[in-house]
Amino acid sequence: MIKQLTLTAATALALTAGSALAAGDTGHTHDVAFSFEGPFGKYDQNQLQRGLKVYTEVCSACHGLKYVPFRTLGDEGALGYNEEEVIAYAEQFEVFDPELDDFRPAKPTDKFPASGLETAPDLSLMAKSRSGFHGPAGTGLNQLFKGIGGPEYIVSILTGYTGEEKEEAGTTYYKNTAFPGGWIAMAPPLYGEDVEFDDGHSNDLHHEAEDVASFLMWTAEPKMMARQRAGFAGVFMLVVLSTLLYLTNKKLWAPVKKKAKQA
Amino acid sequence: MSGIPHDHYEPKTGIEKWLHARLPIVGLVYDTIMIPTPKNLNWMWIWGIVLAFCLALQIATGIVLAMHYTPHVDQAFASVEHIMRDVNGGHMLRYMHANGASLFFVAVYLHIFRGLYYGSYKSPREITWIVGMLIYLAMMGTAFMGYVLPWGQMSFWGATVITGLFGAIPLVGESLQTWLLGGPAVDNYTLNRFFSLHYLLPFVIAALVIVHIWAFHHTGNNNPTGVDVRRSSKAEAEKDTLPFWPYFVIKDFFALAVVLVVFFAIVGFMPNYLGHPDNYIEANPLVTPAHIVPEWYFLPFYAILRAFTSEVWAVQLVEFVTFGIVNAKFFGVLAMFGAIIAMALAPWLDTSSVRSGRYRPMFKWWFWLLAIDFMVLMWVGARPTDFPYDWISLIGATYWFAYFFVILPLLGVIEKPTAQPATIEDDFNAHYGTDGAAAQSTPAE
Repeated sequence: MIKQLTLTAATALALTAGSALAAGDTGHTHDVAFSFEGPFGKYDQNQLQRGLKVYTEVCSACHGLKYVPFRTLGDEGALGYNEEEVIAYAEQFEVFDPELDDFRPAKPTDKFPASGLETAPDLSLMAKSRSGFHGPAGTGLNQLFKGIGGPEYIVSILTGYTGEEKEEAGTTYYKNTAFPGGWIAMAPPLYGEDVEFDDGHSNDLHHEAEDVASFLMWTAEPKMMARQRAGFAGVFMLVVLSTLLYLTNKKLWAPVKKKAKQA
Repeated sequence: MSGIPHDHYEPKTGIEKWLHARLPIVGLVYDTIMIPTPKNLNWMWIWGIVLAFCLALQIATGIVLAMHYTPHVDQAFASVEHIMRDVNGGHMLRYMHANGASLFFVAVYLHIFRGLYYGSYKSPREITWIVGMLIYLAMMGTAFMGYVLPWGQMSFWGATVITGLFGAIPLVGESLQTWLLGGPAVDNYTLNRFFSLHYLLPFVIAALVIVHIWAFHHTGNNNPTGVDVRRSSKAEAEKDTLPFWPYFVIKDFFALAVVLVVFFAIVGFMPNYLGHPDNYIEANPLVTPAHIVPEWYFLPFYAILRAFTSEVWAVQLVEFVTFGIVNAKFFGVLAMFGAIIAMALAPWLDTSSVRSGRYRPMFKWWFWLLAIDFMVLMWVGARPTDFPYDWISLIGATYWFAYFFVILPLLGVIEKPTAQPATIEDDFNAHYGTDGAAAQSTPAE
């Protein structure tokens, strides 16, 4: 029975594993060991705060986070800010109020402004809308072990500039080893030491990139830790239930199988 | 309800008799859950209960999701984010619903391939098989329209490509496509009708499931030997069967719980693994994604669709013979739907008098080759269309048709089946008894 069960499970797994899709990106994404990876992963609160600072001082000049309400910065398991800190943070941004028909300072119930620059994509879901690890050969197995690779892709883009530039039809493109096609329209946003961190953490290019990628993973998946807790509770309860049902089933069938033995 | 002789419900108390005379509902439920079930069913017979669970899960989570979702092109994407961020437990509901669709298809494919191996489609279960195929078609329609609702890039472009298939039908194609979409291109009216139908179709599936269960409760379950349950008397039938409750209910629940452990692990720890990252980008009619890839469960048939290009000589021949009416695009569409119709016709294409693949030495090999072919097609469906993938899909698609239209009819004629056990009881005793041969020679009891 165990053999058949394993076979069934293996077939089910094989059916699903063959499916993770190759998006066909050709850029190179390098792996980063983020604190939030794996079933036991957690967001690093200090890193999220540093990432927010990079976003606020650099990214937000062009990019928006239109799906993220300011209040969620103070949520449990988020950036750990208290109510006053969230209010103070939100006030730096101006939002359009249709009732006033004018701009006013943002309140915690407002969302981050949308992208100021039309060509700059919104970053709310960037960490889930990109992927890094494909293959081998389109089987999706790499993503099974390394993760989908969205935040790694962001780090790779931010650190992937070679310094080369070219101009095409009035637009400047920058060579980037992670970007599909190799040429990206975004000028290098980070050079290292762009932001002073309050916790004195290193602010070289790699650390800044990892911090902001981590923050963007949080904006894309703010409920990740709650989801993992639910996952553990679900898996635990179902394992217990499976065990009980296994024993019930075994006992229920024992007389029938015993009779077969005597036949 | 069942053709196998067994005890029926007898009302005992006054109120039971009163109700039974007016509405025999207790009797119906009793007969349904006490149905004599072949006692040798193996672990591949558990997918039915998993599928029933999936339907219930999808309807339950879907109804709540619909309470928070807005079917409008300007708000659909944002309303999904609202579910993910603001609705209590919304992220779990949505991830369970999205991954629930994947579980649904894993289970249905295993269920179908179990039927193909053990000959469950053969007489007298053709209606069960055909109704099952209708359920599968309705599932594909429901899943396809459900994937459009979040209004991401893959939603939009998947809808554009798939509805475009109908446009390939000669003469009526374009009108049909416009009728399906509600207008000239995928837009708000398309989203609205897809939402409406996505809510409706699961209930159609539920009705078909009742017919599916009714049909096989009438004929009795197939079993791994394919040998019929003896039904000349109740005593004989009881040697081959056990009542569904409690024996198979407990067994199925155990299997379901194990499957759900895996399901919950995926929902909890890697809920986006089976999805496409592009669907977290809001739909934009002006930007075409680099690769438009359907969800994994459509890939085998998508590969068949793409396999028949205008470079294939058979396609060129058909185009020439039909004076260009069946061009490469329409040929592909016919092949994709034909691949499913081929499966539905299996009861009449399989000429073997032996049901179970267990006693068919040649069939076994071809069957497993079909299973591998299915996986290869699934893989190649997400690959680019250049060499060698074009050849792999063409060979894979050709084998799919060859299996149903050539191999199944021929095998019945040329194959020498091995000995089947005389009864289900013999098979059960041979499996669990100390000595299979002894079990067969000595009368039971």
